[in-house]
Amino acid sequence: MTTVTTETGSPKRRLGDLVFANLTRGAGLTILVALAGVAIFLTVEGAPALGAKSADLKGHANFLSYVAPLVFGTLLAAVIALIIALPLALGVALAVSHFAPRRVALVIGYMVDLLAAVPSVVYGLWGIGVLGPRLIPVYAWLAQHVGWFPLFAGPASNTGRTILTAGIVLAIMVLPIITAITREIFTQTPRLNEEAALALGATRWEMVRLAVLPYGRSGIVSASMLGLGRALGETMAVALVLSASGVVSLNLISSTNPSTIAANIALTFADSTGLQRNALIASGLVLFVITFAVNFGARAIVSRYESGSKA
Amino acid sequence: MTTLDTAPSTGASLRGARLPRYAPAIAGVISVAAAAIVGMSLSWNLAGMVILAVLIYLVGLTTWSRAVENSRAATDRLVTSLIWVALGIAFIPLVSLLYEVISKGAGQIDGKFLTWTMRNVVGQPGGIYHAIIGTLIITAGATVISVPIGLLTAVYLVEYSAGSRVASWIRFLVDVMTGIPSIVAGLFAYALFSLIVGPGTQFGIGGSVALALLMIPIVVRSSEEMLKLVPSDLREAAYALGVPKWKTVLKVVIPTALAGIITGVTLAVARVIGETAPLLIICGSTDSLNYNLFHGQMASLPVFIYTSYTQPGLNPSILQNMAWGAALVLIVIVMVLNIAARVAGRIFAPKTGH
Amino acid sequence: MAKSIDVSDLNIYYGDFLAVEGVNMTITARSVTALIGPSGCGKSTFLRTLNRMHEVIPGARVEGKVLIDGQSLYDSNVDPVEVRRMVGMVFQRPNPFPTMSIYENVLAGLRLNNKRLSKSEADNVVEKSLQQANLWNEVKDRLNKPGMGLSGGQQQRLCIARAISVEPQVLLMDEPCSALDPISTSAVEDLIHELKEQYTIVIVTHNMQQAARVSEDTAFFNLAGAGKPGRLVEMNPTKKIFSVPDEEATEAYISGRFG
Repeated sequence: MTTVTTETGSPKRRLGDLVFANLTRGAGLTILVALAGVAIFLTVEGAPALGAKSADLKGHANFLSYVAPLVFGTLLAAVIALIIALPLALGVALAVSHFAPRRVALVIGYMVDLLAAVPSVVYGLWGIGVLGPRLIPVYAWLAQHVGWFPLFAGPASNTGRTILTAGIVLAIMVLPIITAITREIFTQTPRLNEEAALALGATRWEMVRLAVLPYGRSGIVSASMLGLGRALGETMAVALVLSASGVVSLNLISSTNPSTIAANIALTFADSTGLQRNALIASGLVLFVITFAVNFGARAIVSRYESGSKA
Repeated sequence: MTTLDTAPSTGASLRGARLPRYAPAIAGVISVAAAAIVGMSLSWNLAGMVILAVLIYLVGLTTWSRAVENSRAATDRLVTSLIWVALGIAFIPLVSLLYEVISKGAGQIDGKFLTWTMRNVVGQPGGIYHAIIGTLIITAGATVISVPIGLLTAVYLVEYSAGSRVASWIRFLVDVMTGIPSIVAGLFAYALFSLIVGPGTQFGIGGSVALALLMIPIVVRSSEEMLKLVPSDLREAAYALGVPKWKTVLKVVIPTALAGIITGVTLAVARVIGETAPLLIICGSTDSLNYNLFHGQMASLPVFIYTSYTQPGLNPSILQNMAWGAALVLIVIVMVLNIAARVAGRIFAPKTGH
Repeated sequence: MAKSIDVSDLNIYYGDFLAVEGVNMTITARSVTALIGPSGCGKSTFLRTLNRMHEVIPGARVEGKVLIDGQSLYDSNVDPVEVRRMVGMVFQRPNPFPTMSIYENVLAGLRLNNKRLSKSEADNVVEKSLQQANLWNEVKDRLNKPGMGLSGGQQQRLCIARAISVEPQVLLMDEPCSALDPISTSAVEDLIHELKEQYTIVIVTHNMQQAARVSEDTAFFNLAGAGKPGRLVEMNPTKKIFSVPDEEATEAYISGRFG
């Protein structure tokens, strides 16, 4: 080998490092561009809908009154899903992290993975073909006995394809994501906090209440928001299960149900033309903005939490 | 921290009244028996009896514990029971779904189902070959697009960014991206190709782009985790041999992490292969086989399931049954991918020779 | 081909933190120089500046001069990658590449640097390097087995074979035996003895008996005080350091009164 100085700055090697470093940076920036692209292209293709007339908007006077009931339905279905899924997910997460024996916890973990792996269209199929029909008598009972309560005013759907059924299916679908995140955080509870609680003579539940839940609070919040985000954007299960008529109604068990943005797009996109498609794309932009905001908030909480736990 | 509900009982004895270890089992048996008697005498269905049994169990065990032990122990038992109940409720749908898909789908699957298309098939069962091929081609396209971008981004985040501002933004937005609704990804691809190719274009590659948008964040995060696991010792060993950084990354770091990266990519494929909404919009559907990713509508399994079930035509049961069969095939593909991911992780893991 | 090293007024920083201060040292060619001192005194940090490995840690930088046979390592036109090809390094923990066989591990330095080798040339390099590392007889029948399958001591000798296969002129060793059992340690020490015929070796060690056994010269590093940077206290022939050191602090450290 010759001297160092004569070999320095060998341009080939410098080039390799330069090219590769910029390639990786380029890939990272591509992702940012793609994300911006989603907003830009949806805006460009959705913008004409602002000038659309009622003929292209299912009789609505303008885009805003067209999209408002859809936003309502989207939020309603997602909130129902969250209300059902959150307690179950917390139960499953606590079972895995603190209550179940190790081997059982492992099996539960696999089952949660399985739950997450089932494609949404299959959930939809199950919802319309299995769950819906099973719920018909339940809805009839609800309408008959608690019909005074606005949510169950009825008349009960005789297909079972209601917003409540859709919400239940969505709940099953968001359960794994909420479980995964809360389980992660529960298992990270500092051992010292748990032992401190146990040393005070706490029962297992008191230990969980005193040490685990307070520690995981922000994690529970962000997991719920991520689950909400997933439920807001979920398409096929709702499109299949829900018998939607685009009304604004809090009646959960009748056959006239609000539709959701995503389901509305999936159901009507193929048969729509011209400005109708622009309107659907614009409604997709609204959905994108809503889910982006929810996810942004959730991730902000998670990352603040992560940096907090490192300190 | 709040204080405990009640102070530990005073007095020197360590022995308090405890329910026997088999108390939950006794309570369980009694609840089931009671619910069965009540349910049968009122001719309830199974679901009603199960609900009643659970309620009797919860109330009974808690009351018993409160009577013999104390209120804190009773609460503990109640919550523990509730957690197991939650677990049961959470997995009933999974069991039901798997049972229904298998029982309704298994009978559909035969040689014809897997090798025929639906071309010129009217009023009789056809096959889903075209949809399987379409799904495989579209997903392969998505993988080809997303793996280079995702992996290089992960390399950037782990090896080059060194805590820069851009990197933390990329990491954050990649996380946010995991929450993009699939239908929005479909609309993005549709809008993109409407502007590039012409309004209303539907073809396979559009679906690949949409699925890639959904895959990229998963690939980035899993690859990033795997690259981080590569010990810095190995990077130093390569640097100390006078290997430039880019070669160290390509020849030492990535091969060492390869098993995990492949596992992550396979799981990402499994995640998007069942996506329906974007393909419905940008790929359309067809009854014929189409191998060309860049021209013409392309069938896919999820879209086939959806359209067959919702637009079954004159003789609904034929296509709806086929939808169940296709659903079973799709689930099997997803499961196979999940298993393959784990197997690949073992095959490509660095050998220790032990 | 071995080279001597001259260090003058070297300060080493991590960001704003001055880790090692004002080192002046001459390292003789074809001999073993041991660096000893208590934990955290900067001896490993100093070692890593001799092949610019410290730059791998973001924010690390040096002031001063390091000359190898009169050539400055820190001139602006010097490529650290080239420096590392001339100055090899063996680390505290054995770190063979897990994806490569024993054979490939030995050749890694050449292969990753695009050296075109015929099969027979490659075989020669592998055999020669493994011979030099005293590992040939133990692994010659399983060259295609993974390097990770060897015992700790064998792995470390494999790493030494890997380092010398690129024919460096200086070999830096950062506590090469600290993760090894006594038998492996003695094998590596024997190896160091043989290697100094051809290489200039600088070894960091916590083990003073080891320094006494293997080195010609010994440099003692110590902290100037709590929170102060590390510095070179004394450098002398090993025999002198271990019998009549110039400095009180050296005497105290060697006799085990502190550190």
